[in-house]
Amino acid sequence: MPNHILSVNDITMQFGGVVAVNNLTLEVNENEIVSLIGPNGAGKTTAFNVITGVYAPTNGAVYVKDNMITSNFPKSSMKKLYAGENNGKYTTTMRKTPDQITKLGVARTFQNIRLFKELTAFENVLIAKHMLYKSNFLSATLCLNRKEEKAMREETMKLLDILGLTDVKDEIASSLPYGQQRHLEIARALATNPQLLLLDEPAAGMNPQETDELTKFIYDIRKKFNLTVFMIEHHMDLVMDISDRIYVLDFGKLIASGTPEEIQNNQRVIDAYLGVQEDGE
Amino acid sequence: MKKSKNLIYSAIFGVIILLLLFFLEANKFQYGMAYTILQKGMILAVVAVSMNLVTGFTGLFSLGQAGFMAIGAYVTGIFLIPSDSISEVYYISGVNPAIASFKNWLESGPAFLQPIIPYLALIIGGLLAALFAAVIGYPVLRLKSDYLAIATLGFSEIMRAIISSPQMDRVTNGSYGLKKIPGFTSIFEPFGIMVVCILLMVLLLRSTYGRAFRAIREDEIAAEAMGINLAKHKQMSFIIGSFFSAISGGMLAMFMRSIDSKSFSVSLTYDILLIVVIGGIGSVSGSVIAALLVTASKEWWLRFFDNPLFIGGVQIPLFRTGFRMVIFSVILLIVVLFYQRGIMGKNEFSWARLEKRLLKLFKRGGAKNA
Amino acid sequence: MTLSTLLQHSLTGISLGGAYALIAIGYTMVYGILRMINFAHGDIFMMAGYFMIFSMAVVPWWVSILLVCVLTIILGVTVERAAYKPIRSAPRMSIMISAIGVSYLLQNLATYLFTALPRAYPEIPILKKIFHIGSISSSLVTFVTPVLTVLLAMGLMFLINHTKIGMAMRAVSKDMETAQLMGIKINNTISTTFVIGSFLAAIGSILYFTDRMSVTPFSGTLPGLKCFIAAVLGGIGSIPGAVVGGFIIGICETLLVAFGYSTYSDAFTFILLIIILLCRPTGLFGEKMIDKV
Repeated sequence: MPNHILSVNDITMQFGGVVAVNNLTLEVNENEIVSLIGPNGAGKTTAFNVITGVYAPTNGAVYVKDNMITSNFPKSSMKKLYAGENNGKYTTTMRKTPDQITKLGVARTFQNIRLFKELTAFENVLIAKHMLYKSNFLSATLCLNRKEEKAMREETMKLLDILGLTDVKDEIASSLPYGQQRHLEIARALATNPQLLLLDEPAAGMNPQETDELTKFIYDIRKKFNLTVFMIEHHMDLVMDISDRIYVLDFGKLIASGTPEEIQNNQRVIDAYLGVQEDGE
Repeated sequence: MKKSKNLIYSAIFGVIILLLLFFLEANKFQYGMAYTILQKGMILAVVAVSMNLVTGFTGLFSLGQAGFMAIGAYVTGIFLIPSDSISEVYYISGVNPAIASFKNWLESGPAFLQPIIPYLALIIGGLLAALFAAVIGYPVLRLKSDYLAIATLGFSEIMRAIISSPQMDRVTNGSYGLKKIPGFTSIFEPFGIMVVCILLMVLLLRSTYGRAFRAIREDEIAAEAMGINLAKHKQMSFIIGSFFSAISGGMLAMFMRSIDSKSFSVSLTYDILLIVVIGGIGSVSGSVIAALLVTASKEWWLRFFDNPLFIGGVQIPLFRTGFRMVIFSVILLIVVLFYQRGIMGKNEFSWARLEKRLLKLFKRGGAKNA
Repeated sequence: MTLSTLLQHSLTGISLGGAYALIAIGYTMVYGILRMINFAHGDIFMMAGYFMIFSMAVVPWWVSILLVCVLTIILGVTVERAAYKPIRSAPRMSIMISAIGVSYLLQNLATYLFTALPRAYPEIPILKKIFHIGSISSSLVTFVTPVLTVLLAMGLMFLINHTKIGMAMRAVSKDMETAQLMGIKINNTISTTFVIGSFLAAIGSILYFTDRMSVTPFSGTLPGLKCFIAAVLGGIGSIPGAVVGGFIIGICETLLVAFGYSTYSDAFTFILLIIILLCRPTGLFGEKMIDKV
């Protein structure tokens, strides 16, 4: 295995009889930018939620580097409902909670921005630093961790600076314009010192110019923070521009994977997704 | 510049409060009403802030305060009732011999330790409540908001049932309750305890843990995605909140001098909730202000609602026992329905804000005059 | 304990369970539609007790029953319109606080109007008639309660599954906004829910207090909490679940008292709640719900 930072093995996610993700297998290598695309409702965000531990999959396993973070097999009533082929392949149940996964170096943003709305931009980022604090609640309460607190605040300021949010650091998060909220969410994710950054539709709601800037921005942060980026995106320009590799989901199933050129020329993808979108435009 | 101004204001404010307390202490018989109300207000301020810590800052709607207060109150009571009066208090079924000998041992300790015992009792009561909170918090805190409310309310009722059960007769004196608990020697005692407790909670809330609590309140899923261990931090907030609730319960025992399980019914929790809501869910200073205001109006300013009122020799029919509480519940409903932010909303008191408010008020007044 | 005393206690338990079931339906319906615990429901039930006391003093029992139902329904709908409707879209905690506020108000109002002392509940002569079956003897109310409960629950199920207003209720409970877009009158539907809930609370109150003989301003609190737990046990939102949950809690409680653990019978209900919520949060008949991220 050449330095996989993330490997998803045969993940199936069923809500009752509805199969949201069907036998998804994919890998993300270190320092790559990988995109997951597909029409609406293809199961992309569900896949993200399995990777970050929000949902326990019905079947399959996910590894971050060599750590298994989740593994499951169909149980009780799900046994009958399970529609996949890999029944019996996975025998262990284990599930790391989202915070444990974040501690392994996986940070994420959300499709429908989930900032701490009533807190300031600065506090939003500083909160993400919380898991890096070494002081316990007693020493924190009694202000015995001044040095640490100061260091964290400085790092937070640095991050805000890099993301161009210094001017708005004391603004309440929900009062920021949409683009800045997206940036703030990325800043918050970066504050956890991740190696793998999961972006859920970072360009949603952005105009073409902002999308261009985003491309450059993602390159920048990858370099600056030595990151691997795995993202869900609908803007084809951005995806084709930026991705090293692309995975395509349709109705929960992986229908293609490869470099941007390969995907652009893949007939199944064009049928399922790109063709439809071109008709729409 | 701005900081030093705030400091000066706060110092002046502190001195005024201390002078006021000295004055009250010196003339406590003359101003008995103000004296007792201030004490009760301070005690309720502690529990209101602790409820706010759990409910307002961490977003856990817990209704178990009365139960934790009961733990604190009973521990304090058992610790402090003098050995001489113990047979008088437990006159029905006698006291558990272990408690009696423990009290003898405690009272035979060196003289310089004796004044510390009340504080020790408060802390031990707090720790015991924290232990209970840890045990019940583990299963209960996984529940969603409204189930959590019912489960904690249930806990508080279970606590009350256990305390008043005949099986506990020799420890809690069952349904007869504890009497002859020595009270505070001066108003500075409750004041000091209140200041320390609230200061500790404020410091906690301003630390990184306090920020994590607020993150959980704002968005659990995002907080978890930022590496905050939900279970651990909810537990922490719940346990710390219970600790301070129990301290307030212990203070209440010392204030009332006699307690029984009925004093810690659900309506006590509702009273505290009323204070938190009026003060502003998520504001420490709001809770403190509301604790004093609510206590004062309930026990003093609105007393007249409960007494028959005569205007021109005609009795106004509405005014009789219980009317005060009706008015109170109406106020709570009005606040909940129309002023959801309460007095302070989620803001904290600051001199700058007060200055701005006052200036605005004067300006408006000036404009009217002109 | 002999078999006949055991049977006697079980019968009492079933009867108590029937009254609980009727109140639990009120909780489950309101929760199903508004996703809130109607903390005031127990106090509405208590007020129904007082209504009965005062109407029996003036009119014969069969008019009183009608009058109590009407008054309780008016009270329930007023509470909904005044205290819940204005903040329907507010955060959940505010709605719960508002419900607690109403409960607080009703208790204080009852204390103010009727004093905190217990008031004797009037006897409805027919319900108090003693029956003997073998070695077991009991008043008619004990037999009537479970039968009436099951009949009312069945009627309600029919209403919900086979009538237009029932369909509207189901739609609103699934998705309020979409239901509104489909032309369903949300306010009317919610008020209907409260009408039904309060009506059942009134009936439950008559059956419950006939056995208990007295009412105080606080006699609604604990039964209210227990009935909510019954609704949770059965699976919140499910009417058969509420009925089964009510019976289970009624029977368990009565048997615990019979075996001499009366101090712990209330505690037991709450421990039961915690156990259900941990092992099977959806209750016996509830549907599973998944939170969207």
